[in-house]
Amino acid sequence: MNWPHKDIIAVQDLTSAEIGLILDMASSFKEISRRDIKKVPTLRGKTVVLLFYEASTRTRLSFEIAAKRLSADTTALSASGSSFSKGETIMDAAYNVMAMSPDCIIIRYPYAGVPKKMAELLPCSVINAGDGYHEHPTQALLDMYSMKERFGRLEGLKVAIVGDIMHSRVARSNVYGLIKMGAQVVLVAPKTLLPPGVETWGADVMTEFDPVIPEVDAIMMLRVQKERLHERFYPDSREYSIFYGLNKRRVDMMKEGAVIMHPGPMNRGVEITYDAADSARSIILDQVENGVAIRMTLLYLSMGGSANVD
Amino acid sequence: MWIKGGTIFDPAGGTVQAGDIHIADGVISGVYPGGNNGKDGEIVDAQGLWVLPGLIDMHVHFRDPGYEYKEDIVSGSLAAAAGGVTTVVCMPNTDPVNDNPSVTRYIVEKARAKAAVRVLPAGALTKDLNGIELAEMGLMKAAGIVAVTDDGKTVENASMMRRAMEYAATFGLPVITHCQDKGLSAGGVMNESALSSRLGLAGIPSASEDIIISRDVLIAGYTGLPVHITHVSTRTGIDIIRQAKRDGIRVTCDVTPHHLLLTEDRVRGYDTKAKMYPPLRKEEDRRALIEGLTDGTVDCIATDHAPHAKDEKDLDFDLAPFGIIGLQTLLPAIMQVHRECGIDFMELLKRATVNPARILGIEGGVLTAGARADIVLFDPEVKWKFTEESILSKSKNSPFLGKEFKGRVVHTIVCGNSVYRI
Repeated sequence: MNWPHKDIIAVQDLTSAEIGLILDMASSFKEISRRDIKKVPTLRGKTVVLLFYEASTRTRLSFEIAAKRLSADTTALSASGSSFSKGETIMDAAYNVMAMSPDCIIIRYPYAGVPKKMAELLPCSVINAGDGYHEHPTQALLDMYSMKERFGRLEGLKVAIVGDIMHSRVARSNVYGLIKMGAQVVLVAPKTLLPPGVETWGADVMTEFDPVIPEVDAIMMLRVQKERLHERFYPDSREYSIFYGLNKRRVDMMKEGAVIMHPGPMNRGVEITYDAADSARSIILDQVENGVAIRMTLLYLSMGGSANVD
Repeated sequence: MWIKGGTIFDPAGGTVQAGDIHIADGVISGVYPGGNNGKDGEIVDAQGLWVLPGLIDMHVHFRDPGYEYKEDIVSGSLAAAAGGVTTVVCMPNTDPVNDNPSVTRYIVEKARAKAAVRVLPAGALTKDLNGIELAEMGLMKAAGIVAVTDDGKTVENASMMRRAMEYAATFGLPVITHCQDKGLSAGGVMNESALSSRLGLAGIPSASEDIIISRDVLIAGYTGLPVHITHVSTRTGIDIIRQAKRDGIRVTCDVTPHHLLLTEDRVRGYDTKAKMYPPLRKEEDRRALIEGLTDGTVDCIATDHAPHAKDEKDLDFDLAPFGIIGLQTLLPAIMQVHRECGIDFMELLKRATVNPARILGIEGGVLTAGARADIVLFDPEVKWKFTEESILSKSKNSPFLGKEFKGRVVHTIVCGNSVYRI
């Protein structure tokens, strides 16, 4: 299979075969990170620019480590230290970066659609590291990888995604991907945090958490966006955590072998308690480790690597 | 001047006939069905063309004073002329706002001296469009306004809206209302739907429009005063207005060509030229607008011509301003609705001529002896592509760029003078 995409913008754009290929290839990249010398020359001479116009710890670090382990040169730029704070438009910034001949731009941006536009206008590869409420494809791929690693398959799995679905690009990308891979998804949230048209996504939708818990193989908790509290989507953190938080009582209701996931950053005590986050069921740190492998795979594929690595 | 051999549409009389028109001293001095032998003055050959009264667009933004880099009275009026629009009503959201007679006089005088078409200002309902204090409607009327509106800034307080309608009626000024509940539409950039969720864009619920349409219709009903709802975009909005008219409430409304031809699907590529307020809605809403045109619920077609500079529209979808230009595509769009929806062309023509003239209480839309010689020659068969080069506005923000239309304005006459011809 020849990899047909210059860019990685949205899980919506990927076929199940392509997702399957990424997940298969990621294992060999994961192995590199477990070596003593964690570096291969695959992308030597390639330049990767990270444009982060929104706060990020995990994603940015993960991309940077992934690129470096493949021997690419990386440069990172964040909104506060760039001309963005001086009012330069994102496309002007992109053209300026392009003039320095990068092979790949990784972009995180607060508004939807911008990575897509960049991908259309720039000759280099563009990887979406999260755009507005649109998509976060690399997160969904690492989540799927982590589930597949644990269960050996995605088909037939039942996955709950709980919390602020409305403003979550992670939820969207996971729903699109998991359904394509034959998993069943149930979204759990108060009605104020369910997006319009959610019933067309192909997922089940529940407003009550407890009945869902014993049914599912994985529970993915979404971060409560505290900055949205003033918008009154729910009364306060106390009520939210009682109805939608993952705590010891709920962890005990989970079926055998079921796992707990979180894309981070966690608000301990709000959507997830200590004993849930740190329980034996948690694969939250596996997600982080796998993130590097998935991003190595995507960097490799989008910068012209052959899909036949073996 | 003679216009000879065309097919003359007179929406005032409802007649279509072949014939000649004679113009003298800026007015139509005679209409001659079947033709006339007169040869004095310029002879315009209208063989194969439709001869229409100049169109009236009751909703445009000419950005003058204050935002002349987007458009000004001269460039806007040239775009109007090229679109066969001989009268426009320009909205008051300029800088300074047209909320006092000095600004009104500036617009009226500049238009009189330099504009290619008749430019009639609408004044603000409230000072600085603040929704709190009434603007000087009486003085502005004396200076030349023909209507009052806060347009994009819906008056939030229902009591203020009632008082504004009552005060406007004192001076016989029509009130035009842009219906948008600010709370419900806050943050939205496109129609709220499954598509907005999929694109990751915050939505504008149709209910945010319907709520204010209901409110203003109810105030009109309660007070017995007239109100004009501009750019209705929703099925429910049309239903509310249809029922209100049946109940004898003095409500009128207009729709835009873009809401008649496009749906939210046009937003899929995050093209900011598909971002306007109200947003492009669903197909069922579009069909309801057509239905409203067919059964008479919709009184007028108006463009909401809203120029914005390229650098403003080139921003991210979330950040770009709302609005598109529309004057030069008005008649071709009407033609497309006529052809695709089977609505009689004369009925559509009334929505952009005699109907707005009646609502505004102005002259226009008449092609008989004694009327203003505002005339458009329209070639109904010619195919042409709408390109940036064909745009006379300073701004090029149209979702119809690159579209092939059938039917084009070839000659526009205002008060007996040719102001545009191909």
